[in-house]
Amino acid sequence: MALILDKVTKRFGSFTAVDELSLEIPESQMFGFLGANGAGKTTTFRMILGLLEKSEGSITWNGESISYNKSHLIGYLPEERGLYPKQKVEDQLVYLGRLRGMNKGEALEQLDYWLDRFKVPEYKGKKVEELSKGNQQKIQFITAVLHKPKLLILDEPFSGLDPVNVEMLKEAVVDLKESGTSIVFSSHRMEHVEELCEHLCIMHHGKPVVHGGLRQIKRDFGKKNVMLRADFDLSFLKNVPGVTRFRKFSEGCELQIENEDISQKIFEAIQGKGFVRTFGLEEPSLNDIFIEKVGASYE
Amino acid sequence: MNKFGTILRYTYFSHLKSKSFIIMTAITLLLILGLTNFNNILNIFGAGDEGEGDKIAVLDESNTIFAPLQQSFTAFDEDTELVQHTGSEEEAKAAVKEGEFEAFVHVALDEENIPTATLYAMEVSNSGLVNQIQQALSQVKIGLIAQQANLDQETMQEMFLPVDVNSVALQESAKTEEELSQARGLVYFMLFLIYFAVLVYGNMIASEVAIEKSSRVMEIIISSVSPITQMFAKIIGIALLGLTQFSLIILIGYTSLKMNQSELVGGMFEYFGLSEVPISTFVYAIVFFILGYLLYAMLAAMLGSLVSRIEDVQQTITPMVLLVVAAFMIAMFGLNDPDSTFVTITSFIPFFTPIIMFMRVGMLDVPLWEVGISIGILMLTIYIFASISARVYKGGVLMYGRTSSLKDIKKAIQLTKKG
Repeated sequence: MALILDKVTKRFGSFTAVDELSLEIPESQMFGFLGANGAGKTTTFRMILGLLEKSEGSITWNGESISYNKSHLIGYLPEERGLYPKQKVEDQLVYLGRLRGMNKGEALEQLDYWLDRFKVPEYKGKKVEELSKGNQQKIQFITAVLHKPKLLILDEPFSGLDPVNVEMLKEAVVDLKESGTSIVFSSHRMEHVEELCEHLCIMHHGKPVVHGGLRQIKRDFGKKNVMLRADFDLSFLKNVPGVTRFRKFSEGCELQIENEDISQKIFEAIQGKGFVRTFGLEEPSLNDIFIEKVGASYE
Repeated sequence: MNKFGTILRYTYFSHLKSKSFIIMTAITLLLILGLTNFNNILNIFGAGDEGEGDKIAVLDESNTIFAPLQQSFTAFDEDTELVQHTGSEEEAKAAVKEGEFEAFVHVALDEENIPTATLYAMEVSNSGLVNQIQQALSQVKIGLIAQQANLDQETMQEMFLPVDVNSVALQESAKTEEELSQARGLVYFMLFLIYFAVLVYGNMIASEVAIEKSSRVMEIIISSVSPITQMFAKIIGIALLGLTQFSLIILIGYTSLKMNQSELVGGMFEYFGLSEVPISTFVYAIVFFILGYLLYAMLAAMLGSLVSRIEDVQQTITPMVLLVVAAFMIAMFGLNDPDSTFVTITSFIPFFTPIIMFMRVGMLDVPLWEVGISIGILMLTIYIFASISARVYKGGVLMYGRTSSLKDIKKAIQLTKKG
C-alpha cells in the first residue's frame, strides 16, 4: 500500500516543471512536500490525480495506476480553494461527496460529524459566500476528507488560518493518518512539516534537492545550531573558525556551526567572560536546511 | 455512469431551484398567458370603463331615427344600451355629468332628411364610441335614402353582398398560399424558439463553466470525475432544463390558447394556424432543435472553459452569438424568399443548418436527400466538435489568466498533451 512516483517528468513545451522525480509514500504516512513557489509541487499533485498527463515516468498506487475509478479513495484539497459561492454547504458537500462515490445518507452523516468536530454545525444551511475565509477553509477541508479517503493530498492546508484553527486541523490530519490514510501535504510553514511529517522532500526547480526521513535529513545535513544566552556581548563569536552563521537576538545569539566539535570551541571561548544563562547544542531546523539547499528565504 | 447521473441531476435541479430561473420562467409564462388571454383582459378593463349597464341617452327630435339606430347599433356593441331621452338637452348633459349616462347623442334630420348627430361625453377620447355611432347612423341613412328611392329589401341586400375572389396555385408541388402562410407562421415561431434556446442555454452553459472555474470548485470536481464526463453531463442537464422550460411554456400556452380559442379566431392566430401543418414539420423541428442545441452547447462549453472570470464570458462567446444571429438573419430573409440560391447554400453550412434548413423544409418541398446530407454534415460537425471541445475543455479548465480566445484554444490542447 504505497504511492510510488518513478522518474516522473512534466514538460510544458520547452519548460520542465518537474524533472525525474522519484518518491515513495508508504501507507499511514504523512509526507511533507516543500518547495518555493513554482518548484513544481502543484504540478506534481495534479499529475498524481491525473489532471495533467505526465511527460515521462510512472505513478502507481498499490501497484496500479491512478484513474477516475479510484477517485472515491482519494481526497484533494487544492491550493486555490474552491466551492460554489452561492450554494449551501449541505447541498454542495453532498454533491461533491456523491461524486466521490458516497450516497446521500453517508455524506450527511460524515458532514455532521466533521461540522461538529470543527465546532461549526450552524454552517450546514449557510451559503459558502456568507462564511469567513477561515471557515470556508474548514468546509474545504471537509470536502477533501468527507469520503474517508485512503490517499489524501493537501496543498497548503493551513494557510490563512488562525492558530486555534490550525491546531484543530492538525489534530484532524493526525487522526486521519493514524486511521491508515496516506497523506501528502505541501506547506509554506516549515514548523508544520517538522511537527507532522516523518518523511519529506524539498523541491527546487522541479528537482528534489532533499529527500528522506526527517531525522536522517537532519543528520546528513551535519551542521548544528548553538543557542546562547548571556549577559555580555557575544558578537566576537562570529570569528571563531567553523561558525557559518551568526544571528543575534535580544538576550543572546544563535550560531550555526559546521559540526558538533565546534560547539566545544565556542564553549571554551566564552569561559570567564561573564554570566551565561543558556548554552545549548541543537538540531538544525528544517528552515535552516531549506534555506541552505534552496538558497533563498522561503517566505 | 453513476457520476454522470449525479452531475446531470445536480446541474438540472440546482438551476431549477435557482431564483433567476424561476423568475425568468414565471415572466415568460405570464407573458404567454397575457397574450393568449388578451381578449379577456381587454374585457376586464372594458367592464371597469364602460360597465355592463352602459347607457347612452339619445335625444331624437324627428322621432324616426331612434328605432333603426338602436337596431343597427346593437349589432356593433351588445353591451351598451341606447335609451331614448325625452327631456331637454340640458337635462341630458347634466345626467351625463352625474354619470347616469356614458354619453348623450343629439340626433336630428337636416333639410334633406339626412341624419346628423352631436355626441356629448365627459371625455371624447373614446373614438370607438364615436365610430360606432357614426357607422350605425350611416346605416340608418342608407336605409332612409333607399326608402326614398323606393328600393326593396332584396335589392338592398344584393347591393351589400361581398364579391368572391378565388385563388388557385398553378404549380402542383408548390404549397398553396394558405398553406405557405400557415407554414410561415409555425416556422417563424420555431425559428425564434431555436434561436432563443441556443442563445439562452448556450450562455447558461458557458457561464456555469466559468463560475465553476472562477470559484475554483472545478479542480475538485475534475479530480473526482473526468472533465469530459462532466462536460457532457452538464450539456445534457441544461438540455433537460430547457426541455422542461419549453414544455411548460408550450403546455400552458396551448391550454390557454385552446380555452380562449373561440374568442381568438381570426387575425394573428389564424396566421399561426397549427392544425394543418404536416406532422413532418414538427419532427424536423425537434430534430434540428436537438442537433442545433448540441452543436452550440459544445461550442459554449469549450469557450466557457477558456474563461477564468465570469466577466469575460460574454466577450468570449461573442463569436458563437454572432453565428447564431447570422443564421437567424438569413432565415428571416429566407422566409420571404426561401427558394434563393443563397439560402440553399447556407442551409448546408453546419452552423446554419439547424435554423436555415429547418426554415427550408418548413416552407418548401426540399428533396429528402438534401435534408439527409445537411443532417449528415451537421452530425459529423457535432462529432468533430465534441472531440475538440472535450480536449480544449480538459485543458482549459486548468488554465487561469487573461483570456484571448483563439490562442488559448491551442494552449488548452497543449496542456492535455504529454508535453
